[in-house]
Amino acid sequence: MVAVGSKCRTCRGPAIIDLPRHNANFCAEHFLELCRRQVTKAIDHFAMMTHDDKVLVAVSGGKDSLAVWDLLVELGYHADGLYVGLGIGDYSETSAEYARAFAADRNLNLIEVKLRDEYGYDVPTAAKATRRVPCSACGMSKRHVFDKAALDGGYTVLVTGHNLDDEAAVLFGNALHWDVEYLARQLPVLEARPGFPKKVKPLVRLTERETAAWCIVRGIDYLVDECPMAAGNKHLAYKAALNTIEETSPGTKAGFYFNFIENMAPLLAGRAVADGQALGSCSNCGAPTTGSVCAFCRLVETASAHAPVPVELVMKKGRGPR
Amino acid sequence: MKVLLRNPRREIEVAGVHRVHALLAKLDLNRESHLVICNGTLVPGDAELFDDDLVEIRPVISGGA
Repeated sequence: MVAVGSKCRTCRGPAIIDLPRHNANFCAEHFLELCRRQVTKAIDHFAMMTHDDKVLVAVSGGKDSLAVWDLLVELGYHADGLYVGLGIGDYSETSAEYARAFAADRNLNLIEVKLRDEYGYDVPTAAKATRRVPCSACGMSKRHVFDKAALDGGYTVLVTGHNLDDEAAVLFGNALHWDVEYLARQLPVLEARPGFPKKVKPLVRLTERETAAWCIVRGIDYLVDECPMAAGNKHLAYKAALNTIEETSPGTKAGFYFNFIENMAPLLAGRAVADGQALGSCSNCGAPTTGSVCAFCRLVETASAHAPVPVELVMKKGRGPR
Repeated sequence: MKVLLRNPRREIEVAGVHRVHALLAKLDLNRESHLVICNGTLVPGDAELFDDDLVEIRPVISGGA
């Protein structure tokens, strides 16, 4: 391999990555510096957290959650990890190993909650029992476990690894449907409310390509394989569409998302789903809900009564080689 | 050169010298959705890849929302 002409924008040394949206190339040292600067800027600009906060990072074993945990610890935040065992066959077993190894190597505290052990079901079974798409049952389960663990553990901030591509793709999907109530809550910070911890997304200024590169340069082993139940979901299709545009018009994703945050989100303030609803407490678990029993407890009741379902039975057809 | 692809994991053989961007284009892969690792090191789009290089093209897009 020969590096032909790319020079680092900062030091003029050999580059290891080209970032068209910045119209620049970077060496390893200055790429890491760029990432730290982008995350610091997001944290400060959106008032995500301070160094006095007790931070819980939702960790999946994938690149984004391990990158954000690594960055926060590097930047001096006190951050523990939370891994949720979703029971998606070998995929979950392997992802847990990456999360555990990352924590052990850095002497960090990783909390583990297994859906099967704690609630008597797993995601494949929940998908089959409720006839929901797997990502829906998975998302609802994770949100409940994240909120509960953060509140029970006295954490003041819950961090997720959502990156610029994630946020742009969700925005794209919500805009396609002009789903105003969901658009209104698509913010990098959701403040704490009764029953909900403060939730923040420090990676919103980094693309997926950049978080993956952070892990590679930092020597972080992460699960590269895609979730077998996510294949073919709309979110992936939206990302592919945006990246097709990004390839010919670098900076499109950042402009789409940050111009929304700056110009449109303020106009939608007060229109979020939860804003107009009076929330009571679930009679079973105490979590906020508009009904008498929360959606998560209803999911648990249905899924835990169902015989375990292997992941292969509910996998979507793959996308084929990419 | 041997080229490792992921999701699903598989290996292909590509003959001749290629720049990274040209290799991605040849395989119809989006630059924004992939990183290229040559002999264990990240490489930029204009790096040249030779027959004896071990190349991994790593997808970076994941499905969680």
